Amino acid sequence: MSSLLLLATSSAGPTIHVPHVDYLSILPMLIMMGGALALMIVSSLFRKVLGVGTGTLVASAASIAALVAALFQWNEVSTHGAQVTIAGAIAFDGFDVFIQIVVAIAMLLTALIADGYLRREGVEGPEFHVLAMMSASGAMMMGAANDLIVIFLGLEILSIALYVLAAFNHKRAESGEAALKYFVLGGFSSAVFVYGIALTYGATGSSNLPQIADYLSKTVIAANGVLLAGLALLLVGFGFKIAAVPFHMWSPDVYQGSPSPVTGFMAAVAKAGAFAALLRVFVSSFGTVRADWQPIIWALAVLSLLVGAVVALMQRDVKRMMAYSSINHVGFILLGMEAATARGVSASLYYVFTYTFLVVGSFAVITVMARDGDTGNQISDYRGLARKQPVVALAFAVLLLGQAGAPFTTGFLAKFGVVSAQVATQGYVLAVVAMVSAAIAAFFYLRLAVTMFSPVGIVGDVPDDAILGEGGTTVSDPSRGAPTVGGPIDSGGAVSSLQVLTDAPATTAVIDRGPVAIPGLTALVIGVSVAFTVVFGIVPGPILDFAHQATLLFP
Amino acid sequence: MTINAGWYLSLGVVLFSIGALGVLIRRNVLVMFMCVELMLNAANLTFVTFARMLHDIGGQVLVFFVLVVAAAEVVVGLGIVVAIFRRRANTTADDLHLMKG
Repeated sequence: MSSLLLLATSSAGPTIHVPHVDYLSILPMLIMMGGALALMIVSSLFRKVLGVGTGTLVASAASIAALVAALFQWNEVSTHGAQVTIAGAIAFDGFDVFIQIVVAIAMLLTALIADGYLRREGVEGPEFHVLAMMSASGAMMMGAANDLIVIFLGLEILSIALYVLAAFNHKRAESGEAALKYFVLGGFSSAVFVYGIALTYGATGSSNLPQIADYLSKTVIAANGVLLAGLALLLVGFGFKIAAVPFHMWSPDVYQGSPSPVTGFMAAVAKAGAFAALLRVFVSSFGTVRADWQPIIWALAVLSLLVGAVVALMQRDVKRMMAYSSINHVGFILLGMEAATARGVSASLYYVFTYTFLVVGSFAVITVMARDGDTGNQISDYRGLARKQPVVALAFAVLLLGQAGAPFTTGFLAKFGVVSAQVATQGYVLAVVAMVSAAIAAFFYLRLAVTMFSPVGIVGDVPDDAILGEGGTTVSDPSRGAPTVGGPIDSGGAVSSLQVLTDAPATTAVIDRGPVAIPGLTALVIGVSVAFTVVFGIVPGPILDFAHQATLLFP
Repeated sequence: MTINAGWYLSLGVVLFSIGALGVLIRRNVLVMFMCVELMLNAANLTFVTFARMLHDIGGQVLVFFVLVVAAAEVVVGLGIVVAIFRRRANTTADDLHLMKG
């Protein structure tokens, strides 16, 4: 022991070179992890279970601190340019900072929504926010990763916390089921991803992204089976994480079963992280072999666009519909990646940023609309919302129109950006498919909006029932515990709507469950999301510039 | 005695395929977990083999990351299984069918 100490204090002993750690480059994720660990440790020091409010406070403070740190990072990157730090493991560039900002914002909004949700569902303790912050730090790590194994670590930090979050509402059996499905398929996709890393490592001799790019640019490989297999497996792994068709089958069940704030978080943060890594790996590292992967991305984009839009039409559950809508959005983001140009990447980034607000805001509305115990997630539950709570209905309609890509919303510019990036690289087929799918998708967004604004029981349920060929929605689903009215609706389909129209006053068709309670913080999130969607839809300059600059610094 | 590295890589492919098929075919959740572990270990074997072929210590270090992550994943997975199947008789994935569409 004493000889060891002697060795340590004498300057003559052998030295070990340690890499320089640039703490600024990892500051946002350190803040997130630090916040999570501090909250967990402090909560275990008290005999009493900490209230939900403490968790919300710490999570919001950590998100805001991460946001401020990211602004400092942005300043550093703008003045000194892109850097590779911590022994090549972390890329510190505009792309990285952009993702940190997106994730921090999504985390902040989710923390505020979760506050109301946890109070309503009677879940105590800070664990929800601890897990969410951990998960967010994983997404941040994926955005910053410059090495395949760091991407894998980020992916797992993101996913493992999300598996638990999906199971968070232990009073609902669906929640556990969603978590198990997510876990089995997530574990499967991670294993596929790791095997892809192993094969890529074997083919190129490194897991470091710039070194892989360097190797590929110097070596001409006619047909390297190991590299191609590695590429394919990496794509399958990413495909599962972003839920691109045909790797999407887990997402409707998981979106439906998970607590609504978690679903919004999943759609925003998990996708932002996975897309960040996907873009960085394929566009920058495998850019020289893009002829090999572009056709696969092309197929994934077409399938996601069409399957997402068409299957969403047939859904009666709002969360399932949003899951398929999210698959449709993945197709759009893949358009920008398929173009594999700086413009395409910037369009994809802009899409991810605007989608974060749209989807988290939408799930804020869905959270409050589901009422106590998450029972009101059917489209028919939204009928007549505009009469009871016109402001909420209007806000949700704006968010839905934004997702549909209506002009004067950020969604329009996002869709325009990726499609024009495709057109710039002569990807006309993909551009046409995208526009057709946007038209199909507009139908189900508008159907939900029309349902909210239609009088109770007349207009909104007609497309619902016509597509599914079932009886009156209020009668067919007694498990929701909503009081139902028999009589005229029993005969089913369009007839029932007609009878309601002629026989009875519209308001008696569905018993009014009264206005939903909207906690102040959730209202704030909805307001911010709507304001962002509309203001930056009309004045798109700042965000477009931001996304554009984020790719200029791309190494 | 020398063994061609190709055998190790082939064993990796075989293990990975058995694991992947197992996840897709078997219906017991615990067996599905084991199959995921098999896939991860196939990747580990491939990492070590390539590291020896390339004379690069990096590949062997990566195995530790994968091992740690696999352990963390199992902890969470078994927790979820226990939480769900506390009220059920068996661990068959086909019994989980509350959500459809």
